[in-house]
Amino acid sequence: MSQTNSSASSDFDKDMSEEKVFGTEPNHGGHDHPQSIEFGFWLYLMTDCLLFASFFATYAVLFMNTAGAPGGAELFDPKLVMAETGLLLTSTMTFGFAMVEARRCARTQAGTGKVLLWLGVTFLLGAGFVALEVHEFSGLIADGYGPDRSAFLSSFFALVGLHGLHVTAGLIWILFMIFEVKIKGTGGRTLTRLGRLGLFWHFLDLVWVSVFTFVYLFGVAQ
Amino acid sequence: MSQDTGRELGGYRSYITGYVIALVLSAASFWVAMGGALSGWSVFAVLAVLALVQILVHLKFFLHLGLKTEKGRFDMLTLAFTTLVLVMVVGLSVWIIYASNAVMMG
Repeated sequence: MSQTNSSASSDFDKDMSEEKVFGTEPNHGGHDHPQSIEFGFWLYLMTDCLLFASFFATYAVLFMNTAGAPGGAELFDPKLVMAETGLLLTSTMTFGFAMVEARRCARTQAGTGKVLLWLGVTFLLGAGFVALEVHEFSGLIADGYGPDRSAFLSSFFALVGLHGLHVTAGLIWILFMIFEVKIKGTGGRTLTRLGRLGLFWHFLDLVWVSVFTFVYLFGVAQ
Repeated sequence: MSQDTGRELGGYRSYITGYVIALVLSAASFWVAMGGALSGWSVFAVLAVLALVQILVHLKFFLHLGLKTEKGRFDMLTLAFTTLVLVMVVGLSVWIIYASNAVMMG
C-alpha cells in the first residue's frame, strides 16, 4: 500500500512543478481555479478562527464569575472529555484516509467503496462526539447548571456549543458528500469539495485541542 | 490533475504519524491535569505548551501546511496574521480584566 502511495505522490509532485504559479494563470478569472477556491475557503477558516478567539476571550474574562454555583473543577468530567477527544482525533485521521482514497480514485478510476467507507466511519465518530456533548449539556442543565446559572456557565455553553454546532454542520456536510461521491464518483469538483470539507474537519479538531486544554483541563486543574 | 489544489498532500503515513503524536500529546495533557504530579502554575504552563505543540502537529500532518508552494506561503501568511489578531484579542482582554480585578480587589 505504501508503495502505490509513494509512486502516486511523486506523480503528483511532477504535476505540481508543471503547475503555473498560483493566481497568475491567464485562462482563469480566479473563480474556477481549485487553488483560488481552496484559498478562499482557507480565508473563511481564518475568520472563523477569530470568531472562536472572541469566544475564548469572553470565557477567559468570565470564567471566575460563578455566582455562587460550582466552577469547572466540580462540574467537568475529564473522562467524558477524554472520550470526546479520542473520537474527534480518530475521526480526523479517518477523514484523511478518505481523502487519500478519493485522490487514488480520481487518478486510477478505481471504485469509490473505500472513500465511502472512511467517510462513513468519520461520520459515526463525529456523531459520537456530538452525542457525548449533548449528554454532558443535558446533564448540566438537568442539575440546574444551565447557561442561565452564572456568567461562567453562559460563556462555557457559548464556546463549547459554538464548537459543537460547527461539528454538527460538518456532519451534515459529510452526509451530503457521501451522497455526492456515491452518485458522481470522485471527479474534479467533487474532489475539491472533499478537500475543503477536510480543511474544515481538521480545523475543528485543532480548535478542540484549545477547548479541551484551556476550558476543561485548566478547569479541572484549578 | 489540473483539479488538484496545490496543498502539500500526504498519504496514509502522514495521517497515522500525526495521529500517534497527537494522541501521545493529548494523553500527556490529561495526565498532567489529572495526575497531580505537578502543582501550581507549572501545571498551566505545561498544559499550554502541550496544546501549542499539538496545534503545530495538526497544522503539519493534517492540514499539510507548508512553504513549498506559492499557495502554501499565502496560507501561512494569512495564518500568521490571524495568530497576531488572536493573540491580541485574547491576550489583551485577559490582561485588561486581570489588571482591573487586581485594582478593584486591592
